[in-house]
Amino acid sequence: MTARLDRPGLLFALIGLVGLVLPLVQFKANRIVPGDGVSMALPLAGLLALILLGGCLRWSHGLRLAAALAGLGTVIAALGGTARALMADGPALARVAPAAGFWLLLLAFALMLTDAVTRLRPALHWRWLMLAGAIALVAMVLSTGWLDQVSVMREYAARRDAFLREGVAHLYLAFGSLGLALMIGLPLGVAIHQAPSARGPVLSVLNILQTIPSLALFGIMIPIFGWIAANVPGAAQAGIAGIGVFPALVALFLYSLLPVVSNTLTGLSGVSPATQEAAIGLGLTRFQRLTWVLVPLALPVLLAAIRIVLVQNIGLAVIAGLIGGGGFGTFVFQGLNQTAMDLVLLGALPTIGLALVAGIALDLLVQTLNHTTPRPA
Amino acid sequence: MIQISHLTKLYDGKPVVDDVSLTVERGQIAALVGTSGSGKTTLLRMINRLVTPSSGQVLIDGQDTAAIAPHLLRRRIGYAIQGHGLFPHRTVGQNIATVPRLLRWSADDIRARVDELLTLFQLDPDAFRDRMPHELSGGQQQRIGVARALAAKPDLLLMDEPFGALDPVIRAKAQADLRQIQRQLGTTLVLVTHDMAEAILLGDRIAVMDRGKLVQYAPPADILRAPATPFVEALIGPDMRPFHLLSLTPAFQIATEGHAIGAPIPREATLRDALAECLWSGRDALPVEGGGVVTLAALRQRAAP
Amino acid sequence: MTAAGLFLIAFLASPDSFAWLFSPMTRNGAPAIYTQTPLWSLTLSHLALVAMAVTASTLVALVLAILVTRPSGREFLPLARTITSVGQTFPPVAVLALAVPVMGFGAGPTLVALFLYGLLPVFENTLAGLTNQPARIREAARGMGLTPAQRLWQVDLPLALPVILTGMRLTAVISLGTGTIGSTVAARTLGEVIIAGLLSSNTAFVLQGGMVVGIIAVMIHEGFQALARLAARRTG
Repeated sequence: MTARLDRPGLLFALIGLVGLVLPLVQFKANRIVPGDGVSMALPLAGLLALILLGGCLRWSHGLRLAAALAGLGTVIAALGGTARALMADGPALARVAPAAGFWLLLLAFALMLTDAVTRLRPALHWRWLMLAGAIALVAMVLSTGWLDQVSVMREYAARRDAFLREGVAHLYLAFGSLGLALMIGLPLGVAIHQAPSARGPVLSVLNILQTIPSLALFGIMIPIFGWIAANVPGAAQAGIAGIGVFPALVALFLYSLLPVVSNTLTGLSGVSPATQEAAIGLGLTRFQRLTWVLVPLALPVLLAAIRIVLVQNIGLAVIAGLIGGGGFGTFVFQGLNQTAMDLVLLGALPTIGLALVAGIALDLLVQTLNHTTPRPA
Repeated sequence: MIQISHLTKLYDGKPVVDDVSLTVERGQIAALVGTSGSGKTTLLRMINRLVTPSSGQVLIDGQDTAAIAPHLLRRRIGYAIQGHGLFPHRTVGQNIATVPRLLRWSADDIRARVDELLTLFQLDPDAFRDRMPHELSGGQQQRIGVARALAAKPDLLLMDEPFGALDPVIRAKAQADLRQIQRQLGTTLVLVTHDMAEAILLGDRIAVMDRGKLVQYAPPADILRAPATPFVEALIGPDMRPFHLLSLTPAFQIATEGHAIGAPIPREATLRDALAECLWSGRDALPVEGGGVVTLAALRQRAAP
Repeated sequence: MTAAGLFLIAFLASPDSFAWLFSPMTRNGAPAIYTQTPLWSLTLSHLALVAMAVTASTLVALVLAILVTRPSGREFLPLARTITSVGQTFPPVAVLALAVPVMGFGAGPTLVALFLYGLLPVFENTLAGLTNQPARIREAARGMGLTPAQRLWQVDLPLALPVILTGMRLTAVISLGTGTIGSTVAARTLGEVIIAGLLSSNTAFVLQGGMVVGIIAVMIHEGFQALARLAARRTG
């Protein structure tokens, strides 16, 4: 029987096989110098090759999902195992960093996994469970200590406290600026919905704010808050300062205003005129119309704004590291300065992880909400 | 009873509704007819103050509506519009319960009222109470829209082209149901339509609006027999007048002694239906359910002005 | 808009004549205008970097979007959609930082990061433009006997053009802003001015770097919007 081959599967196999040829890890004398490539143990490589080639067949989606998970597990296990073996008799300063082979294999199996999940079209509650399961799995793998000899984890071990501190700071920046943007942006959106003549000016100001490069906006905040702290009575006591977290928080907040305000406006404007007319005609007060009708109907669009802002802010908060605002960006820029790529990874990987989880979770939330209150097309 | 006196609405100094006075008796249906831009919808919307009059007043049972806070006034007046305006995020039951909730009825009273209205509109409460509006057909949505307007037992119901979005078959049924329910509840009803046939079918009196002015306010038969202006005549459609006249009278009213062959027509069928049946089945006379016959000759006589 | 453009040209041609504008923001007699590298040369290399990245990502994204909407590439469509939505959550700064281990310092990693990050908006918009076409237009084109290739070139792509231009606009504006961060990995961009300002606490530098990028961003934004309007007007 000549079953036709699965084309996406072929693509993943190609990426994965290139990954198998390239070195899995770099073995470096210390954290700064370049190192030598080390390949994977042959039996593991053979297993991965089998999974990759099998993925080219017309497997059922469930089998494909299992294969992708097995592949991911094997790649991670190989990384940890190789690092352990190399470090067992290597010098204490030596580092084992994931190399091109690892990243390509990770990409190949992550794509395979994504493809399988996409084709399975799981029900909403299954997708929630999958997200929770993925987070739990990552936490479990990290807590077993199997990866402890990998360079990124060595960097982590060296600054466990700082990592925790910067993680909290990063979340504080991302969620704090979102909270501020909602507090100011929602009323502003409602206001310009009620007063159409103010829409143009407000939106153009917010649009211009958005075009200022993030780096410059962060930079401009420093002297502004320095000046406020020095000249406004009570400001310094309230924790306002030109350095630290405050300028970064406000810069992120300013970036968040446009999505919140414009989506609030879009959501409110999307409520059908007949519905609004009926609400007035039935005798709802202005406040009741807002809370009973307009806001519930605009909620999916508002949540979409929250998704945009949260994902954007988790990413942009990295820049705070450059102006002393804290967050994972601290590690990224320290690492770039010291040309210590493992340290860059220590900052970049959790940032990507946070952004991914936030993006997927809010997508699911929007879908869950649309599911309970579907609208006519 | 609604008394509208010298009601005027100016937009940019131009009158959209120009010094209109009319009275609708309790339990009657007044149909406001006119072309688009005639001011009929503005007139309707001034009754529940969705539009604030420039001058003149509206009295409901002798009380000046200007003296009541608009949102409180509206809770006393039912309001149903074209495209129904149901809240898409609330169930059928919650939609109907909107005004009773605003008026703080007890939960038991609200539930009982919702079921009562659904039954009145021939929708099984258990099957429809918890559905979402988008799960209903156009005709069902329209009925829920009217049920919602009637929920708090208003003495007055305003309707703006309530059947405009329905196809002809469903519309005829909806019109008949509305007529029956209105008679049953004794609600005063003011209805805006651009369709003269609908106005003739439903209205106890018809108010014809032309460029903001009330040009004629009279019972349908008078409007058909003596149109006040060429505009009213054009709105009736001169070649349609015989048919409109026939549609005013139910068949049993002109039934005479006699005998006719074939299937009988219902008592409440209009003479217009009887004429159509005569022509279609090629008969000179039709039996009427419950006795009597309607002859083609009698129909022809009735259709003459 | 024209005024902003003229101001920008004048400023870049002779930054020193505008020193009075920035000197109030300096302290302790620090220079008001960045002179380490001429501003015009930084602007040009910044623009060149962005132009290269946007051109490359537009070309690649267009080809990919066309491929996955052909019958032979349909299998990839659901995957492509998922990758686009997941890919967009990747922070640009993280992409930039991750490109460094592979590419080393300099313009290389910046170009790669801008290219990768720029793929997504163009791809997503082209996909939307090609798949959201009214069914009757598709039917009409088939009914008139156009071959699939003719349909693509004569109907689908011209109709999708405004949406594609919107994607390019997003890509260009994001790249312009992200390009400034390229200076942290030693690419020659206007970010150099801003970072110099941050390191020496010289607000004048931060402001002039931000201002030049901001004005260019607004002009690119407006320019693409005008193009999209033009394209939309042609198709009615």
